Amino acid sequence: MAFVALAIPSNRYRPLLLPITAIAHTSMTVFALTRPDLLTTNEWLMLDPPGRIVLLLVSTLFLLCSFYTVGYLKIKVDRSNRAFTACLLSFIGVVSLVTWSHHLGLMWVAIEATTLVTAPLIYFNQNQRSIEATWKYLLIGSVGIALALLGTFFIAYASLHEGLESTLTFDDVLRIAPKLSKPWLHAGFILLLVGYGTKMGLAPMHTWKPDAYGEAPGVVGALLAGGVTSCAFLALLRFYHICHVAGDSDFTAKLLLFLGIFSMALAGVFMVGQRDFKRMLAYSSVEHMGILVLGLGIGGPALFGTMLHVITNGLTKGVLFLSAGNIHRSFGSKSTDQVRGALRRLPLSGTLFLAGFLAITGSPPFGPFISEFAILNGAFAADRFVVAGLFLFLLLVVFIGMGATVLHVVQGRAGPAENQVPYRDGFLTAAPALVCMLLVLMLGLYIPPPLRRLIEDAVLYLEAKP
Amino acid sequence: MTDALNAILVIVLVMNLFVLGTSRILAVINTVATQGALLGVIPLLVHTHLTISVVLTSVAAIVLKGVVIPSIMIRALRDAEIKREVEPLIGLLPSIMLGALATAFALLFAGELPLAGEHQSALLVPTSIASVLVGFIILTSRFKALSQVIGYLVLENGIFIFGMLLIDAMPLLVEMGVLLDLFVGIFVICIIVNHINRAFSSLDTRLLASLKE
Repeated sequence: MAFVALAIPSNRYRPLLLPITAIAHTSMTVFALTRPDLLTTNEWLMLDPPGRIVLLLVSTLFLLCSFYTVGYLKIKVDRSNRAFTACLLSFIGVVSLVTWSHHLGLMWVAIEATTLVTAPLIYFNQNQRSIEATWKYLLIGSVGIALALLGTFFIAYASLHEGLESTLTFDDVLRIAPKLSKPWLHAGFILLLVGYGTKMGLAPMHTWKPDAYGEAPGVVGALLAGGVTSCAFLALLRFYHICHVAGDSDFTAKLLLFLGIFSMALAGVFMVGQRDFKRMLAYSSVEHMGILVLGLGIGGPALFGTMLHVITNGLTKGVLFLSAGNIHRSFGSKSTDQVRGALRRLPLSGTLFLAGFLAITGSPPFGPFISEFAILNGAFAADRFVVAGLFLFLLLVVFIGMGATVLHVVQGRAGPAENQVPYRDGFLTAAPALVCMLLVLMLGLYIPPPLRRLIEDAVLYLEAKP
Repeated sequence: MTDALNAILVIVLVMNLFVLGTSRILAVINTVATQGALLGVIPLLVHTHLTISVVLTSVAAIVLKGVVIPSIMIRALRDAEIKREVEPLIGLLPSIMLGALATAFALLFAGELPLAGEHQSALLVPTSIASVLVGFIILTSRFKALSQVIGYLVLENGIFIFGMLLIDAMPLLVEMGVLLDLFVGIFVICIIVNHINRAFSSLDTRLLASLKE
């Protein structure tokens, strides 16, 4: 599809390819999830339960974002969107490859490819600040991913060292996991945690995140925060699974818990007094990646919440970034010094931004409340009271810090000094965020049985020891 | 067999130090190109029986790292009209010393590692670790955007050397995917480098500092 996009000369009609591809992709995803028996699988490409969850999330998010993009590119008709559209289409391709790949090397290739196709997306606004953001994103991302490759090699060497046939097919590695050489497995896991952690944006490897999210168009921010980070988390999940089967849960739990708490704490510190609301969303993403690895670190009882949180976080980030993009466009600024009274000026986007904030900080009745509550419950069930206490405390800090900025943006009266484009919420730019918000609300009130079954499958899959 | 392999790896190590100690960027690019091409020969030596996939990997690596990537970088260099890395964070001589220390550390450290029997004599693992460390030194101590790309390439070369231990585990497709990613990565990075040059009239990454808290 990306090649088709490159071939279409018209700037106006090219973006229409996005919804078409997205609808096709979503229907294929739904088909793949409902009739798994009809799919041809081999040992390299297979859709396992955690992969299914991420695929479903990314597909939904991309579908909504594709409609938004059509509206967005209509506003920016003066700029060629050839590269932008092509990169978005390749993005959905490589992300699906990540979720399907069952070979650790292939998965690495796909994740590195997500870095490469998203870099031009961040650069779409072509000014000095977005160059800087793209440069940092590319360099930090590539180096991090290079370390992940070294870690992958270490895992393969762990099997070679024990005289076993070296392999990187996920199922084979799982099968021989208990026999792997421990020092190499541990060293590999640390490198992978640093490598894919960089891609997820865990502190202290998060430094690219505020810059990239701050400068990228809102729709790209939504796809990065909801899609790319979830893929990196999926990669980490696979290696966590290997270590778990190898009987090393204690070792990985310590590392994951530490990084999780550290990310949440750092995000909390930077969020208090943050004046740029898009950068604030980036720190919120750091915080939620922290929550995900924390849930993984607690393990067992918290896994259900963690997998649910992948979905709820991804969707809520979609709402926040899309509505923040609208507010940014309307005010021509993303600093809280200039942006006030978004509720009056953009009633729909302003409301969605506020609701998205309430959802992401874990207020009932939205989806993240359920998933964060499940993780907290898991922490108590696993007798990790200190972790649970810190978790609650940091959530509170984030709520206060983020609340100050968000309320400042939405409340009050818009100043008269605005000389910006007269942007108003259009159907294409507001409706996707609204649908996304409704999905988040629905997940908070009621989890559909097929989804629940999907998550339970994933938890069983992760806990089983073959 | 092992002798030829070790000879190549020693040359690789010396090249690392040369890269650290040279300020002319063109010379550095050429050195890294030669290093990449030399590494491309290793798969042929490591394997006792040559298969088509091994030869393909080797040829692809040599062409890509020895010819394609350097020519992209030299073009970016010509457009940017710079010749030297001036005032790196760590001076040239201290960075050679640091590189030598890193190499020595890698040699000692690899001796301590629990390696499988057949890999103990070869220098593969220490060279790999040393190259990764040198790559990091370059990445953190240089300010010109192109020099940082060189640091990334040296790092990637180090990982490639480690990958030689496991060439059986990596199918041809994945090997090619890794090389393709590297190529596209350098390609995209060089485009961005050009844009940095146009927007800031310099390749100094210290100018990229407007985004911070």
